Amino acid sequence: MRDVAVIGVGMQKWGELWAKSTRDIFVESALLAMDDAGVDTLGAMYVGSMAPGLFADQEHLGSVMADYLGQKLIPSTRVESACASGGLAFRLACMDVASGMHDVVLAGGVEKMTDIGGGDATHALASAADMKWEAVHGVTFPGLYAMMAVAHMAKYGTTREQLAHVAVKNHYNGSMNSRAQFPMKITVEGVINSVKVADPLNILDCSPITDGAAAAIVVPADMVKDFKKAGVKVIGTGHATDTIALHDREDLTTLAAVSASAEQAYKMSGKGPRDLDFVEVHDCFTIAEIIVSESLGLFERGKGGPAAEAGDTGLEGRTPINPSGGLKSKGHPVGATGVAQIVEITEQLRGEAGKRQIKNARVALAQNMGGSGGSSVVHILEVM
Amino acid sequence: MPPARSWRTYPQGYMLEAARCKKCGKTFFPPRLVCNKCQGREFERFNMQRTGKVVTHTVIRTPSDEFSGEAPFAVGVIEMDDGPRLTSQIVDVSFDEVKIGMPVKLEFRRLSSEGDAGIINYGHKAVPART
Ligand SMILES: [Zn+2]
Repeated sequence: MRDVAVIGVGMQKWGELWAKSTRDIFVESALLAMDDAGVDTLGAMYVGSMAPGLFADQEHLGSVMADYLGQKLIPSTRVESACASGGLAFRLACMDVASGMHDVVLAGGVEKMTDIGGGDATHALASAADMKWEAVHGVTFPGLYAMMAVAHMAKYGTTREQLAHVAVKNHYNGSMNSRAQFPMKITVEGVINSVKVADPLNILDCSPITDGAAAAIVVPADMVKDFKKAGVKVIGTGHATDTIALHDREDLTTLAAVSASAEQAYKMSGKGPRDLDFVEVHDCFTIAEIIVSESLGLFERGKGGPAAEAGDTGLEGRTPINPSGGLKSKGHPVGATGVAQIVEITEQLRGEAGKRQIKNARVALAQNMGGSGGSSVVHILEVM
Repeated sequence: MPPARSWRTYPQGYMLEAARCKKCGKTFFPPRLVCNKCQGREFERFNMQRTGKVVTHTVIRTPSDEFSGEAPFAVGVIEMDDGPRLTSQIVDVSFDEVKIGMPVKLEFRRLSSEGDAGIINYGHKAVPART
């Protein structure tokens, strides 16, 4: 298999983009990535999108997006793994290039979530859980993660304040990201006193409903010298699944698919948790960032909460988590999130991240989750 | 919901029908065709005892539209005494009293209905088991 690298990335500002359609949003970010790389034709493309049928009444996005991106007759594949659709699209683009099938492949992700009402959006998101045996009882996505939080608090003593610190840190980072949907700074008290969603999670523990897209261009590593900008090498990839229903997992305080996908990527790259200069992880809810940080091996089981509270995960901390602002501040257009993590890592490793730049960052990891941990995709990237 | 979609799970909804792997003994609710522990394909069906305990829980305050008239309500993961775990609302108890380890029993209740002319979905809800 060939080594592969990212040679271009693109992402427009995220938010409630009522004037723009799903295809507009996608094509704008895809063109930014293609311009960044300096290419105008693609060998193939992969489009991560969780539920365009439910959110925007349109399926068959492989065709829609290749058509509107002006790429005639190329193989274009829509990829779905709930909120990990974007990460999985990136993985498939890497595998495509690594196999030798194509040389210039676009990995994109998109979701247009605000055309429908909040209740309908909650329903669409619930379809990433077990509709027949979980959602039928009225449990929502915040509800599933709230139940993980209750279990984690009972087992390890994780506190309500520690959860809040994750949100405060991510909004602080997001305040320096011009593309974030909610770049405002918040406080621990503000999180704790915000509207209750599913106990113990409040609205400021939850990632928002967002319209947005992101894109990356993947090429063989030995072709990077032919392009104008620096490439970032993809040195590890992993993907794992777990039970669709949260209740079928023996341990509700860890995420086995996250650990399994990370192990694959660690093994392939020869890197471990201590080699990472920063990580972008799937903080769909504050408790998710804490559990993921433990499941990736960044902290011991039960130490993710204290680490967040102590500032170990801040921009200047031991292992910075979500310098981009994470899903929490940047927004969470579900199909685009995994690709946006690659955008952030590429910009950080190229030294293009501005005020939130992590000094001397050379190796970073992205973790993108589907549902309540029914799937997870991990990538490790390194400066070339 | 298409009527057949709820009809085909009546045995689980009404009788809590579960399955036990003949090779390794692991129990499943609902029944499956393949055991995820030993890959066995032969099972014996049985109706679960209605008793279990709370493994974790929450209170849903922002529901989907389908449950908008019912929030707030408590939901939990229940470990049945027969082995399987399942998700269930926890009712007839104040939110403060719902605790990890609390004994419950499953009762047959209405879960949701789809408008005036839509079908009504029935299933289980957990209530405290007075011991
Ligand atoms: Zn078995």
